[in-house]
Amino acid sequence: MAKKKKKMPGLNTSSTADISFMLLIFFLVTTSMDTDMGLARRLPQPPDPDQEDAQVDIKSRNILYVRLNAAGQLNVKDEVTSASEGYIEFGALRQRAKEFIKNEQNFSKWPEKHVKVINLLGRCYVTDKHVISVQTDRGTPYNAYFQVQNELVAAYTELRNEISKEKFGREYQYLSDEQKAAIREYYPQNISEAEPKKYGGTQ
Amino acid sequence: MAGFKRKEGREMVEMNTSSLPDLIFTILFFFMMVTTMREVTLKVKFVVPQGTELEKLEKKSAVSFIYVGPPTDQLRAQMGSGTRIQLNDRYAEPREVMDFVAAERQGMVNEAEQVISIKADQNTQMGYITDIKEVLRKSWALRLNYSASRRN
Repeated sequence: MAKKKKKMPGLNTSSTADISFMLLIFFLVTTSMDTDMGLARRLPQPPDPDQEDAQVDIKSRNILYVRLNAAGQLNVKDEVTSASEGYIEFGALRQRAKEFIKNEQNFSKWPEKHVKVINLLGRCYVTDKHVISVQTDRGTPYNAYFQVQNELVAAYTELRNEISKEKFGREYQYLSDEQKAAIREYYPQNISEAEPKKYGGTQ
Repeated sequence: MAGFKRKEGREMVEMNTSSLPDLIFTILFFFMMVTTMREVTLKVKFVVPQGTELEKLEKKSAVSFIYVGPPTDQLRAQMGSGTRIQLNDRYAEPREVMDFVAAERQGMVNEAEQVISIKADQNTQMGYITDIKEVLRKSWALRLNYSASRRN
């Protein structure tokens, strides 16, 4: 004869909630929700050891030198100005870089403009041959270098936003990938970082 | 008219709490997943620079950190106050960055997505950063992120 079905005593689960609460509180305390932020940059590819250093010739009107000395002072030089111009404020760099990259008046001492057919944008006059060369000294404070990078990226962002608004009526970050690519072609980021040089100050 | 008369001896209905543990477990699992335990103990102290054009570090699993700065106060007596580079749990030379990058690359799903985040003190001299950048370039770790905080 089969045993009469016994009622299984229910496991007392009233403390499960407390246990999981404890675990929850532990994880709440140890969690760090801080999101890491930073300025994203891309390094150039390493030079090919088999090749002789192929010096790319760039017309001097296309280069904007941004130089930082060991004291963290900023000097900007292009074809127009001489190196003896003196130091400028970090806040002025953005405007200076924008004027240089844009070259609205097609000024003969700023980057050359030429016609380029860009997908979605059609025929454009672009200054995509420009180069911004950032030179630092080994003694330059990191903060000064960072601020320069930040201002240059900001200059590009503002220029891209301007052209995006003009062509697509929206800011760059709201564009589709295809539109973004077109804008990037219009204003490519050409920031070159030369090996640090020793000039202006010791260390 | 007994409508407002309170019935005597009526028991309070107990709330069914049997699903409470499940609920809490769900929250628990959420926190377990988003938690990143700090893997390294910092041996250098740094105050990152402030910027405006910052981007979030998207894929945490593809990010490796390099810390640059003077030793912490506890370690200053032994190590001095010169700038140090920290990889994982120890001080390192710039040339060791290459091995570090290779080791971090192991087990990454997509090696091309590797991002190196440099957390450097704002008063560091650029020489250290340039040395690191040179080695990173040689080891084909080209995506770089200068860690910073947002300036308002």
